[in-house]
Amino acid sequence: MSLLTGTAYAQSPTNIFDPAGTPARSAFGLSMLVLSITLVIFLIVAGLLLYALIRFRHRPTDSNREPAQIYGSNQIELSWTVIPILIVVTLFLTTTRVILGTEAIPKPASALDVTIIGHQFWWEYRYPKSGVVTANELHVPISDPASPTPTYLTMSSADVSHSFWIPRLAGKMDLIPNRVNTMWIDPEATGLYLGQCAQYCGTQHAKMLLRVYAQTPQDFAAWLDQQNRPAQKDFPGNAAATEGQAVFMKDACINCHAIKGTVATGRFGPDLTHLASRDTIASGPIQNTPANLRRWVDDPNSMKPGSLMPAMHLNDHDLDVITAYLSQLH
Amino acid sequence: MTTTPVLEAVDETLETQSRPPLNVIYEWLTTVDHKKIGLMYIVYALIFLVIAGFEAILMRIQLAIPNNHFVSPQVFNQLFTMHGTTMVFFMGMPILFGMGNYLVPLMIGARDMAFPRLNAFSFWISAFAGLLLYFSYIGGSGLYAAGSAPDVGWFAYAPLTSKVFSPGHSTDYWTLAVFLSGVGSIGTALNIVTTILCMRCKGMKMSRMPLLPWLYLVMSGIVFVAVSPLTAAQIMLTLDRYLGAHFFDTQAGGSAILWMHFFWIFGHPEVYVLVLPAFAFANEIIPVFSRKAMFGYPAMVAASVSIGFISLSVWAHHMFTAGLGPAGNTFFVFATMVISVPTGIKIFNWLATIWGGKIIFAVPMMFMIGFLFQFLIAGLTGIMLAAAPFNWQLSASYFVVAHFHYVLVGAIVFSLFGAFYFWYPKVTGRMMSETLGKWHFWLFLIGFHLTFDFMHVPGILGMPRRIYTYEAGRGWDTLNLIVGIGAIFQAAGTIVLVYNMIYSYFKGKEAGHDPWDAWTLEWSVPSPPPSYNFAIEPTVSSRRPLWDLKHPEDPDSDYE
Repeated sequence: MSLLTGTAYAQSPTNIFDPAGTPARSAFGLSMLVLSITLVIFLIVAGLLLYALIRFRHRPTDSNREPAQIYGSNQIELSWTVIPILIVVTLFLTTTRVILGTEAIPKPASALDVTIIGHQFWWEYRYPKSGVVTANELHVPISDPASPTPTYLTMSSADVSHSFWIPRLAGKMDLIPNRVNTMWIDPEATGLYLGQCAQYCGTQHAKMLLRVYAQTPQDFAAWLDQQNRPAQKDFPGNAAATEGQAVFMKDACINCHAIKGTVATGRFGPDLTHLASRDTIASGPIQNTPANLRRWVDDPNSMKPGSLMPAMHLNDHDLDVITAYLSQLH
Repeated sequence: MTTTPVLEAVDETLETQSRPPLNVIYEWLTTVDHKKIGLMYIVYALIFLVIAGFEAILMRIQLAIPNNHFVSPQVFNQLFTMHGTTMVFFMGMPILFGMGNYLVPLMIGARDMAFPRLNAFSFWISAFAGLLLYFSYIGGSGLYAAGSAPDVGWFAYAPLTSKVFSPGHSTDYWTLAVFLSGVGSIGTALNIVTTILCMRCKGMKMSRMPLLPWLYLVMSGIVFVAVSPLTAAQIMLTLDRYLGAHFFDTQAGGSAILWMHFFWIFGHPEVYVLVLPAFAFANEIIPVFSRKAMFGYPAMVAASVSIGFISLSVWAHHMFTAGLGPAGNTFFVFATMVISVPTGIKIFNWLATIWGGKIIFAVPMMFMIGFLFQFLIAGLTGIMLAAAPFNWQLSASYFVVAHFHYVLVGAIVFSLFGAFYFWYPKVTGRMMSETLGKWHFWLFLIGFHLTFDFMHVPGILGMPRRIYTYEAGRGWDTLNLIVGIGAIFQAAGTIVLVYNMIYSYFKGKEAGHDPWDAWTLEWSVPSPPPSYNFAIEPTVSSRRPLWDLKHPEDPDSDYE
């Protein structure tokens, strides 16, 4: 089992025992302490039990007389009440320290704020200071212990409860309608951190995946700047994209989707202003390629059954030009 | 062993009237005898065990490989909802109530439950609730065509259950079934409490009562306090769905957290409702097969009662990720961790009972040994989950699924299986086959460990529960395949059990009154016991009345 789990550990991008941020690391420290204490208890009790089972088994050579009847002992009872109480108090105090260290420390002035709204079945990310609104792929700066820039996540839900969980960065926090929860992350190294919704939220709970891109402060600033620009509107030399834009704006797409600077201001579905800058669509499970995009617009439920985006029933031509348009939204 | 002359004198003529088969069916349908009702509970629960087990197998097939298309997302969601609801409300509670129904009056020297008609009512309403839940597979939002099995999870978190997110009738089937099962449970709990408090035989002070009725007393007390809020919550949800109330309807300002509180105020004590009877079986079986009196009887009673009270103050450890804040979290961390103290006392007392005994490895004892080891592990992973920051990582992951299956299967089902082998001779008059019993034990033990040991690991590797599929490359694939293979072993073990029960009913060895040389009152009456239990109401003078009869030179009463 250890070999098997060893390889699984090495491969897994969502291993909680491979922390890459402060909250995950302090939970990991506590986990190791709790695991060692419980392991010692297990070895002692299981060892005694095993010994008793072997030592006191009935042998055919035994006399048929009943063994000595022992009814109890107050001293022994007292000892195995007091010792566990001491262990519990130790564990409780340690746990409390980690809770306070994660939940009750003041927010530094350098922190970045991001508001997360959970939706069936995708994530909406808002950067209130810069006004950027994006979906499904969260970009944050890495945090250096010397000058920490943690990201504070303020979260709620537009429909049912969800839960935000990037195992390598922090424990999970629920997104609950009519309620605002907060948590923070501070990735140490650049890279892509994976996770997914951890609270059952309906048919496609399984494919409400999470992607967090941790970037250097410079890269992050550049990304934010690029996201802040309005959507591209003119597509010189690309008649298909121009036509696709018109088709998009006159169809039902605009009821649910927003594209900044256009008549599309829907809030029900993901903001598409810079759709082409994302690696994936449909909250993670599908690569963002023109072919996938076309299939998605044609019939989302064939790719992600239970998705709340309806099939648009467009003809082939309209599908082609809409795909051309969406692929240009860098 | 010697028979027990004082308690044995039974008028055989009352029992031997032969009846035509139709009358037998009529008699079962209208019976108010606690033993018949107990058996009906057990049979109905076993049917649901097989159904819910089958649902589990389908889920494990779906998850055995990544990106599988064996079932659709919606069917998978229905499967885990039905599996959880069935196992808790229509397998776990009924089978334990059934065992209690059968055993409690016999063990306290009573002729029946305090309210025999209420007892029958409780059974039939629970049975109806189970049928209603499963009718949802063929019932439907339209003309009984599509089927609308619930798919909101057995915990049915608001607001997923509100009309907006769950139109149609699937959630209504769930709500009504759980509501009716709650009515039945509360009735049975009332009955058990009254029976134990008012109907003990002469000489049986509370301090002389066997531990099994003690634990059923505590369990029934929890049922009152815990099932009532759940039942209230079902009514509130129905008001939301049909009369436009806004308790849990967040679109109109209702509260999702309120449902969580209601549900877990039931949901966590429910774990103890299920596990206390498992302790009860262990308390009766371990001493008999160790040939020793229970070590520390008063401590066991005190631990059970305190578990009952503390269990009512730990519910929010299911809500560590709901943002209760540091003050709420630390309180529930403490309450949850503290419960490990009385639980530890129990494990140590069982160990001390075995210590210095002459342990007989019959099938009931083998299951109890499995119970002890697995319950130890379940308790320790429970402490891990109680440490809130660790819990933020582990909650709603497969680690939790593994942990509570260690409690529900590793502890409760193992103890229950042990109890089946132990009391089967009393109920049927015949022994169960030891050979088949050992097959059952080993198949189930191997299957259990393949499934639930390995299930901890995907949780640590970030696999959330209630997902119908997953991508390759997360390190979850091989583990899930092993878990699936384990499930099949468990199914095989269960088939052996059912076969053994049927086979032994016809072909088993005659059991006699007291095949295990045990000490409590139920072993003083014939097997199966006559409908009135005791020809003469027994009188007891110690915790082990049959020990006193068998060992007049050294009676128990001298030590109490």
